[in-house]
Amino acid sequence: MQSYLEYLDQHGSRFLDGTLITIQQTIIAGLLAIAISLVVGLMKLSSHKVIRWPAIGYIEFFRGTSLLVQLYWIFFVLPLFGITFEKFTAGFIAVGLNLGAYGAELVRGSIQSVPRGQYEAALALNMSPYKRMKRIIFPQALLIMLPPWGNLLIELLKGTALVSLIAVADLMFEAKQINGSTFLSAESFGTALIIYYLMARLVISPAMRAFEKYWAKKMGRFANHA
Amino acid sequence: MNEPDFPIKLESGAPMVRFAKVRKSYGELTVLDDLDFDVQKNEIVSIIGPSGSGKTTVLRMLMTLEQIDHGVIYVDGEPLTHMGKNGKLVRANNRYVRSMRSKIGMVFQHFNLFPHMTALQNCMEAPVQVLGMSKQEASDRSEELLQMVGLEDKIHQHPARLSGGQQQRVAIARALAMRPEILLFDEVTSALDPEVIGEVLGVIRQLAAEHNLTMIMVTHQMGFAREISDRVCFFYDGKIEEQGSPTKLFDNPENERTRQFLSAVLDAG
Ligand SMILES: Nc1ncnc2c1ncn2[C@@H]1O[C@H](COP(=O)(O)OP(=O)(O)OP(=O)(O)O)[C@@H](O)[C@H]1O
Ligand SMILES: [Mg+2]
Repeated sequence: MQSYLEYLDQHGSRFLDGTLITIQQTIIAGLLAIAISLVVGLMKLSSHKVIRWPAIGYIEFFRGTSLLVQLYWIFFVLPLFGITFEKFTAGFIAVGLNLGAYGAELVRGSIQSVPRGQYEAALALNMSPYKRMKRIIFPQALLIMLPPWGNLLIELLKGTALVSLIAVADLMFEAKQINGSTFLSAESFGTALIIYYLMARLVISPAMRAFEKYWAKKMGRFANHA
Repeated sequence: MNEPDFPIKLESGAPMVRFAKVRKSYGELTVLDDLDFDVQKNEIVSIIGPSGSGKTTVLRMLMTLEQIDHGVIYVDGEPLTHMGKNGKLVRANNRYVRSMRSKIGMVFQHFNLFPHMTALQNCMEAPVQVLGMSKQEASDRSEELLQMVGLEDKIHQHPARLSGGQQQRVAIARALAMRPEILLFDEVTSALDPEVIGEVLGVIRQLAAEHNLTMIMVTHQMGFAREISDRVCFFYDGKIEEQGSPTKLFDNPENERTRQFLSAVLDAG
């Protein structure tokens, strides 16, 4: 115990730096994934093939191949075609694109699970397609998709660890570096493990649950159970 | 399409609703077979008939929830499913359908209230979002309508806190808030417990008495159809097999199928 405290005293600031990078990667990749999910998920619901097919292709590609390979492609291969990203940027783009494909399926599935009668009632009231989605369908779909989104964002946090492989100095990268110089692998990777776990369970899960609760209340579901 | 059968505009004095040779199939199944069906302005028409005879389909096509395969539907003399373009009838585009749809409202069997909105918000939603009415005006009008259907003490409740009968009355108020000229009812009491059917029928009765709304009602409530309808249509196999005044149709049906159907439902009821 004594020695672990010393270890932390010595390397804690590097773990902290790494954690901050991981947090940044998670937030930016998360926002990207959410934006992609909305766009691609809605595209997949379109009745026009030219809109639907690219969405299907996107989802198939990013879900059907490995995130690590996608990351390497974006960082090592795209420069050959003249598209170059900094490693930090390449990291969150890969993670965001990949998790966005999963999120798109969540968006599509939850929108489809809103009862058809809701759509028909809105149409009978002559609401425009945009208003039907925005005011009637999406608010109900959001209630359905929030719990799986919580899980997906945790997956995303864990997925960011891969960016260490292109030398983004995230939590995983720092843990490896410290391990490499101290050979204290139990301490190094144990500490990383705990920090990832705490970010998932003490930050993402409660935040998502709070948002779920807020939305349910705003939607009047609260009234049902009172 | 054949021009004389399907003019771009009906002559003045045309019916409020006209189905002209309307056909609808789902795959192999022909649900409506060259249906001709007129409803006059402010007329109250009940549609009865066995399950699967196409009653709901008629309402859904008029509400533009479903496309027709052949023929034309006219509303207030203008085509609904089509529009005039360079002197010809072509399929209506979305914008045209939206402009015509505003004349029609519908009440559904399963209410389809918006669960995330209170009774008042359900009624205000379309007037504000579609008609661009001010919130104040929409709220005043919606409150009036909810009062008319006897729900003044429930305006701030969400649907989940209302009984089926109350929900259906909100749904009627919601449809009325858009000031339709034609109101469609699809078996609006058949998802309700027997003890609350009366309150919903009461509201429809009241609307019928005012007689400034064209109403088309699919129903299994024969007694009610007889009481409020100007005309009853018996549907069979996607066609109107027999129609006439309630007295004629219920007391002296000419058609054998009508007789069979009526005796079956009257025995069951
Ligand atoms: N979307 C659809 N796809 C395939 N078949 C359909 C569809 N909608 C309706 N049908 C079929 O069309 C026929 C007519 O249906 P419709 O709902 O109009 O009957 P209905 O007279 O309202 O019957 P009910 O009294 O049971 O409500 C039925 O055989 C039904 O199965
Ligand atoms: Mg029906």
